[in-house]
Amino acid sequence: MSIRERMSGNEAVAYAIKQINPDVMPAFPITPSTEIPQMVSTFIANGEIDTEFIPVESEHSSMSATMGASAAGARALTATSSCGLAYMWELLYVAASDRLPLVLALVNRALTGPININCDHSDSMGARDAGWIQIYAENNQEAYDNFIQSFRISEHPDVMLPFMACQDGFITSHAVENIELIEDDKVKAFVGEYNPENYLLNADMPMAVGPYATSPFYMETKMNQRLAMKNAKQVILDVATEFEKISGRKYGFFEEYMLDDAEIAIVIMGSAAGTTKDAIDALRAKGIKAGLLKIRVFRPFPGEEIAEALKNVKAVAILDRAESFSACGGPVGSEVKAAMFDAGVNVKAVNYFYGIGGRDYTVESATSVFEDLMKIADGSMEPENFKYVGLRK
Amino acid sequence: MKKNIEIRWHGRGGQGAKTAALLLADVAFSTGMHVQGFPEYGPERMGAPITAYNRIGNEPIRVHSNIYNPDFVVVVDETLLHSVDVTKGLSEDGAIVINTTKEKEEILPLLNGYKGGVYIIDARKVSMATLGKYFPNSPMLASIVKVSKIMDEEVFLTQMEESYKHKFAKKPEVIEGNMNALKMALSEVR
Repeated sequence: MSIRERMSGNEAVAYAIKQINPDVMPAFPITPSTEIPQMVSTFIANGEIDTEFIPVESEHSSMSATMGASAAGARALTATSSCGLAYMWELLYVAASDRLPLVLALVNRALTGPININCDHSDSMGARDAGWIQIYAENNQEAYDNFIQSFRISEHPDVMLPFMACQDGFITSHAVENIELIEDDKVKAFVGEYNPENYLLNADMPMAVGPYATSPFYMETKMNQRLAMKNAKQVILDVATEFEKISGRKYGFFEEYMLDDAEIAIVIMGSAAGTTKDAIDALRAKGIKAGLLKIRVFRPFPGEEIAEALKNVKAVAILDRAESFSACGGPVGSEVKAAMFDAGVNVKAVNYFYGIGGRDYTVESATSVFEDLMKIADGSMEPENFKYVGLRK
Repeated sequence: MKKNIEIRWHGRGGQGAKTAALLLADVAFSTGMHVQGFPEYGPERMGAPITAYNRIGNEPIRVHSNIYNPDFVVVVDETLLHSVDVTKGLSEDGAIVINTTKEKEEILPLLNGYKGGVYIIDARKVSMATLGKYFPNSPMLASIVKVSKIMDEEVFLTQMEESYKHKFAKKPEVIEGNMNALKMALSEVR
């Protein structure tokens, strides 16, 4: 029997960390992720877990220490947000190329300019090319569930890539909601012991981590990273299947809501997906065939599968919670459109920006996008390259 | 047909409006309901106006946005009535609960012609009488439970006692005062 509880998204991740009892957690506080290391250090102080907590002086150091611990053979993780992730920047690439299976609890927050503490995806979207697995959560339940699955995926011998478990800052991190927790023993059995094949502290098999790679070797390391990312797709599905057995909750690359017979659809990530579902229910009650594709796994990007799922709609809106300033569209929009092009799926598509810097996304916001899509689907409106949801006039 | 009861809290940073919203979520959860309790965050500092929200119902809650058309509003600090449009979007079938030392007649002109239920409570009086200090959130929590009829009052008191025992495990001496604050508030709100 699962445990019925109520907690915030940050509490949910901290609770998952407690159940996993990792070896090492270096961290430096930054809003809105601060509560995670704060809660974990309380668990440690209370003797509930024996994780080694390393208070460091910056995020550059928290990621460096997490990598050091991981290279040494420990199960290591950290948490951050926004500018904290930016300060980890160079290490993100090193963690991925060193093939370190560590986990970062990212609580998404706008990457400053002007300064802002609220949610958008500009922090993780900026790191989308760093070689990390990225999985996004809609609510506290998914933040918890994704976290429990994280080490299994990251540590898989076919993968060995760092893992970014993302949730929306404040919107889920600080909202108390119902949640179903899994019993400690089941979580421990599911996550299992970490027995790395190669690690720095193995005196029987000395190794180097992160040496210089000359041009004759560099490109091959990148090819291997790409291969690992491709392998991660199957591992993510396999781990989800096993996770369903202990939780009853089903996960894939993305969630389809009312998409089967949908004529118009929204593609979105994170907490805004739930709000979109309520808009869909209201439209369906009026006979409007609206649907949703909620991307859970953004890296590796399930392009073929997304294109296949969208091939029968008449018009699709891809909603981005981050700018990329290409002046052509946002990161999710560009990738979904490219995937549809590659698959020969010729659906009218429009890219929207929403929720930047915490701009509220309401049921009415979602409905307004669907209203545009209805006009685009029946030909009375031309799809624009990109538009804004909730931009003040 | 609205699925959930939606509540908006107005307070000032440091007064506990956010804590009260989370406590309401807690106690509604303990009676088996689906809950959401969340603050709206900005560059907060002590004394600045803050907003917190609750959605409470019998079905899972999927919406993650602020609340613009609440069924109920709680005003933890009456000085906000001059600077914040506290009845904005408030359902006329619902009600507003205001912490004030004034009479209802003095408050009504500050509510922009709001035609729904108006309730007042002197949370300072309740808090000083029961806790000896000014903590408005327990009295305001009891007040909104009574006004919204979100749960049975006896169930509320029983669950809150459990919650306080857990929360104040290391300070059991404050449990009785907080329970008295809740009980007194339930009879004082009018």
